[in-house]
Amino acid sequence: MSDFAKVVGAEGPVTVVGGRTRWHVGGEIHSGAREVHAPSGVVSYDPAEMTVAVRAGTTTAELAAALAEADQRCALPERGGTVGGSVVIGENHPEVLGRGWLTSSVLQVTYISAEGKVVRGGGPTVKNVSGFDLPRLIVGSLGTLGLVEEVILRTNPIPPRSQWVESHDAYPFTIASQVLRPSAVLWNGSSTRVLLEGHAPDVAASLNSLASIGSWSEVDGSFDLPQHRWSLQPAELNGCSGAFVASIGVGTVWRDEPQPRPVLPPSVIEISTRMKNNFDPTGRLNPGRSAF
Amino acid sequence: MNTADDALLADLKRVLGDRVRADSAERALLRRDASVFDGGSAGPTCLCESTEEVQRVVRIALAHGRSVVPRGAGTGLAGGAIPLGAPVIISLSRMNRILEVDTNSRIAWVEPGVVNLDLTKHLTPLGYHFAPDPSSQQVCTIGGNVGNNSGGPHCLAYGVTNAHILAIEVVLADGEIVTLGGLDAEPSGYDLRGVFIGGEGMLGITTKVAVRITPNPPAVSTLLLSFDTPRDAAATVSAVIAAGIVPAAMEVMDQGITIAVENYVNVGYPRDAGAVLLAEVDGLPDGVAIDAQRISDIGREHGATAVRQAASDEERMLLWKGRKTAFGAVAQIAPNYYLHDTVVPRSKLADTLEEVYRIADEHDLAVVNVFHAGDGNLHPLLLFNGQEPGIYDRVHAAGAKIVEASLAAGGVLSGEHGIGVEKQPYMHQMFSEDDLDHQERLRHAFDPACRSNPGKVIPVGHSCADIQSLRNVPEEVWG
Repeated sequence: MSDFAKVVGAEGPVTVVGGRTRWHVGGEIHSGAREVHAPSGVVSYDPAEMTVAVRAGTTTAELAAALAEADQRCALPERGGTVGGSVVIGENHPEVLGRGWLTSSVLQVTYISAEGKVVRGGGPTVKNVSGFDLPRLIVGSLGTLGLVEEVILRTNPIPPRSQWVESHDAYPFTIASQVLRPSAVLWNGSSTRVLLEGHAPDVAASLNSLASIGSWSEVDGSFDLPQHRWSLQPAELNGCSGAFVASIGVGTVWRDEPQPRPVLPPSVIEISTRMKNNFDPTGRLNPGRSAF
Repeated sequence: MNTADDALLADLKRVLGDRVRADSAERALLRRDASVFDGGSAGPTCLCESTEEVQRVVRIALAHGRSVVPRGAGTGLAGGAIPLGAPVIISLSRMNRILEVDTNSRIAWVEPGVVNLDLTKHLTPLGYHFAPDPSSQQVCTIGGNVGNNSGGPHCLAYGVTNAHILAIEVVLADGEIVTLGGLDAEPSGYDLRGVFIGGEGMLGITTKVAVRITPNPPAVSTLLLSFDTPRDAAATVSAVIAAGIVPAAMEVMDQGITIAVENYVNVGYPRDAGAVLLAEVDGLPDGVAIDAQRISDIGREHGATAVRQAASDEERMLLWKGRKTAFGAVAQIAPNYYLHDTVVPRSKLADTLEEVYRIADEHDLAVVNVFHAGDGNLHPLLLFNGQEPGIYDRVHAAGAKIVEASLAAGGVLSGEHGIGVEKQPYMHQMFSEDDLDHQERLRHAFDPACRSNPGKVIPVGHSCADIQSLRNVPEEVWG
């Protein structure tokens, strides 16, 4: 049994605290829930395997710095907070087209169950279909099914060149037809920023293609993103108005106000309720918070 | 068939007419899939043509206390589609329509019976493809790919099936129809879509799928590197990844399979090489040229005796033809083969491979290897003659040792074939009781009564409901 399992124990309401950067997502935690903190630190990192084992309490900044030393990065967003928090929030990096989807990058997850036991799902290798997919269940679960102690994440090489470019006159929805694999296409209603990554000649060639649909200038980075993420279909984005930043081709929109929680179909709620009850029959894990 | 079966058949026929098959030939055929496992027992087979028909069949089966097993092309290699306990088999091969292709959103809605390669052929004129490309892609179906979270050579850079599915319409084991996931960026709630993929038909039946379609890269370069030993080829693969290159594919074939392929399709593979590495990079022309050159250089630094770069699309297709027909070629050198599927860390590929040769020797079996080296995904083929008395025991014993060696190297039970009945006995070697208990809890959230494809993945005996669902489980499923 791990130290974290001992701390979580098997009884009484308990809530795990990371960086509190997205604390209110999924509802307010009941008062009286005991606060616990997941352990931190990189456990093992072999760049040649393109995987890293990291404890949940590690800050995403610390992880990013460790990976950068070997010219690698991962799918986790770098918006503050901890690895465990980012995993259970299920938030993708704004450059998801280049970084990959978080849900595909969590290879193995170790968590403490409601019964205080150490449970492991998935496997340490980049490819694995051994049994039911507990890692994908935990990603985005808001700590309602188990409290994450450690994850193994897939990493990726940092491309030789990364360049953000901005245009005030290009139509953002035609960019995908001009550039093979942009790492991000962000649009705020008046201008568009595109992240081009790869070998330097490829970035130059992509910029050349973009010139046919507008005028572009190099910029230092992305837009400042508003706090709240909205999940829309890519085809719905051209209807966006007000203050926003939209990820074209992905469907994420950042706004100052939170998205009203969508009502899920009854049968999805039924499965989700059974899932919660099967994993946490007494409702002691992060009480008050719900992922659905 | 007894009276109870007659009543079941009558109800099914009221819905499907002559699309219910229960003759002995049909039942004998559907007792098996493409694995070496025998001993399944098929109930009536229903050739469904719509979601509604699947729903009605599931409800009829439920009313008769029978479980259901979804079936696509039956190409699974882990026995996942083998019917246990005479269930109603729901064949989805007639639900094979491509419903909608939206190149703006890069999404296609398809029925589960669409053949993997047919989808890509349909998308080719539009400049797109469906990225997962299992070796069986000429016959395997999208529904089966979803059930097994299928891989393929090009999953190294593009990711396995789960990365290419946005939404799935499912008929649950209680007959409810539900759509998991969605077309929006980060659908709300638990990721039931992600969990369902790779569920081996035990979480419900796929009736419609929204797949992500991938634009065809403008430039592709394919290299064939020859080595004296598989160790040199494996070392090259590790070094390429360590150099920060993620090729679209890196496939290794040892000498045994290279010669078999060459005899079979004559694509110009070197017969004298101890191993060959087929590497492919794609993207924009300049970057492709840079990476192809670097792979070539790294190969030579690690002992490549020859590097051949395909000069034309025809030559490229020829090099791939050899790889893709490898399993067909094996039939030329042995009456039977047993294809294993484990994954090890890339750095352990060479050691594990040598262990595989040693294990085969020890069990007096021939072995050839063709595998997704970039992912560390081993595919040893144990060659044998099924007529030889006691041979299956030896094949089984060697297989168990290969699994053991892979786990000891820090690997996993399966990279892309799944657990089915094949790897069920090994689940305890990779997972604790508590781990398995939680996998079972996940499954029960979808199918509390264990009526959908019971008796697979989780070791038998772990779940009471499974035991009730399996009325006639054969004790010996080895064929």
